[in-house]
Amino acid sequence: MEVGQMQRQWLDYTRSLFIEGFLDGQFLQLEQLQDDNNPDFVVEVVSLFFQDSHKLLNDLTIALDQKSVDFKKIDAHVHQLKGSSSSIGAQRVKNCCIAFRNFCEEQNTDACLKCLHQVKQECCLVKNKLETLFRLEQQIMAAGGSIPMMELSF
Amino acid sequence: MNRVMERDGVVSEQVHVLAVDDSLVDRKVIERLLKISACKVTVVDSGISALQLLGLDEQRTTSESDDFVGLKVDLIITDYCMPGMTGYDLLKKIKGSSTFREIPVVIMSSENILPRIDRCLEEGAKDFIVKPVKLSDVKRLKNYMSTATREVSAAAGGFGGGGGGGGGINKRKLSDTSTVDDMSSSPPSISPSITPSSSSSPSDSSSPSPSPLSSPIRALDSPIRRLKMSSAD
Repeated sequence: MEVGQMQRQWLDYTRSLFIEGFLDGQFLQLEQLQDDNNPDFVVEVVSLFFQDSHKLLNDLTIALDQKSVDFKKIDAHVHQLKGSSSSIGAQRVKNCCIAFRNFCEEQNTDACLKCLHQVKQECCLVKNKLETLFRLEQQIMAAGGSIPMMELSF
Repeated sequence: MNRVMERDGVVSEQVHVLAVDDSLVDRKVIERLLKISACKVTVVDSGISALQLLGLDEQRTTSESDDFVGLKVDLIITDYCMPGMTGYDLLKKIKGSSTFREIPVVIMSSENILPRIDRCLEEGAKDFIVKPVKLSDVKRLKNYMSTATREVSAAAGGFGGGGGGGGGINKRKLSDTSTVDDMSSSPPSISPSITPSSSSSPSDSSSPSPSPLSSPIRALDSPIRRLKMSSAD
């Protein structure tokens, strides 16, 4: 596949991620922070997020498995996950966290368990999507092309 | 307060920002946001660490009583929600210190809670940024480092003469959607965010300028321009 085609593919894929709500404008902010001196910034931040979220999701699983559920602790974890997902523009994860926190407030264990399941799914989904995106970027760079500048008007 | 660096015989100044956040992801982002905005950055993960670096921790009552030389910073930007010492606690400690109270403190929070914002501003915070932090938010911060930016010729883009815009703090500056900066020669700092839900902040990532050039901030009502961001400045 030639560079132009790959770039179009990248553009289409990126657009779809925004349209489907996986990513929001904050992700574009991150891309703006990347330059020749920091060419891997986005990948680095995203990796940090998945390291962070992996641990948080484990902690949440354990916390919800307790006989006596500590909702304050759970809320604190979800708050953290909401914050970091928001910082990288992982919109669907963030939205899951918002719902999750509401159920924490209601001290509804069942609903919390469902939310946990959902947020795990969303993390998984966005991870796969971003890995695909980064792979496309690598292919473009390897072929000597450059990543198009994202401009969105919708 | 001004830090002067000599590089190849050229004397230049860089504002030094101390960033405090317990989130690893947010620390990485804020550090990059600040560096790309030509700031020197020190990042720590807690209020206690911040106080220790400044020389304002429990062990000492005043930094003049011994040889400890604390970190010299021009601005402190801190997350609100942190375990142990919150950003609010840190703010109070800094404003309660005769040595450090002049340092502008900016609070960041993922939650747009008006009473929280009011409380922080009343306690002396210079500004309150609703997360996620954007490039335009950081550009706005540079206006608070007036002592440093006044002498910087090119870097600040000429808007440093404001002296922080006077003593009054406009609490509503958070909801302003206009900015003088975007109409100047400095590159537009607005991210082309596409959904309203992408940000919990009331403003759509524009930054009001508190410089004396601007009349009451609301007067400028330019539409938000979605412009392509050129490479970092």
